[in-house]
Amino acid sequence: MALDRALVGRSYPPSAVYEVGRAKIAEFAAAVGATDRVHHDAEAARAAGHADVIAPPTFAIVVSLEAAFVVLADDEVGLDYSRVVHGEQKFTHHRPIRAGDRLVATTTIDAARTVAGNDLLTARVELATEAGEAVCTSTSMLVARGPA
Amino acid sequence: MTPEAGTALPELVVRVTRADLVRYAGASGDFNPIHWNERVAREVGLPGVIAHGMLTMALAARAVTGWTGDPAALLEYQVRFGRPVVVPDDDRGAELTVRGTVAALLEDGRARVDLTVTSEGEKVLSLARAVVRLG
Repeated sequence: MALDRALVGRSYPPSAVYEVGRAKIAEFAAAVGATDRVHHDAEAARAAGHADVIAPPTFAIVVSLEAAFVVLADDEVGLDYSRVVHGEQKFTHHRPIRAGDRLVATTTIDAARTVAGNDLLTARVELATEAGEAVCTSTSMLVARGPA
Repeated sequence: MTPEAGTALPELVVRVTRADLVRYAGASGDFNPIHWNERVAREVGLPGVIAHGMLTMALAARAVTGWTGDPAALLEYQVRFGRPVVVPDDDRGAELTVRGTVAALLEDGRARVDLTVTSEGEKVLSLARAVVRLG
């Protein structure tokens, strides 16, 4: 089934708040081998000018990919979840994510097209604090491979 | 110090084992079985268990953050997931090689860095690029 171009621009209600914890940042940093002290030690982070430990550059995916999956749950989009793979990913950091942030994710469909039987859907997730400060824009292109 | 366009970043070589995939699954919340279960990976047509694309992306970022010395200086970062990184069930795992080049100096003290990420000589990420703030 071809993706409906009319989906482009569709936005979903904001997610529940995700509170960023020091331990989660340290766990994620360890999993990707990010040994810089600013991820692990609040004093080191403060010395570098941050309010608390900061997350490695791709940590936003922990919050944003689940938020992007709201489009897979949308019956009007009709993407077959079992065939979906992650095609492209982009992060634009407005400032580093840091421990203590209370983030809200808002997802918008930026592009939808069907190429050679594969459905390509681009979901843009804006991560902002509860107070509305922009933190990160995470854009995920999801590919639903056509039946072979 | 401002680098010139064409400057090469120090090469980064990282190994990824099955244990690393399990650790990343837990840390990221991505428990898709193709990243830890050989049977499921083969059932969906993969040659074996593959690394999370997002883990490869995160490891490649270390070539950039190691070079700038400041993780917060990475302002934009994007990749296309080209070829899966197959991680064998042994203690050595798969090897990733990350090479970076300063592709262009931008306004406001920023630079664009282009990355080439290979495993077993094959490119696994394409269009991998970052925008960094220079010290």
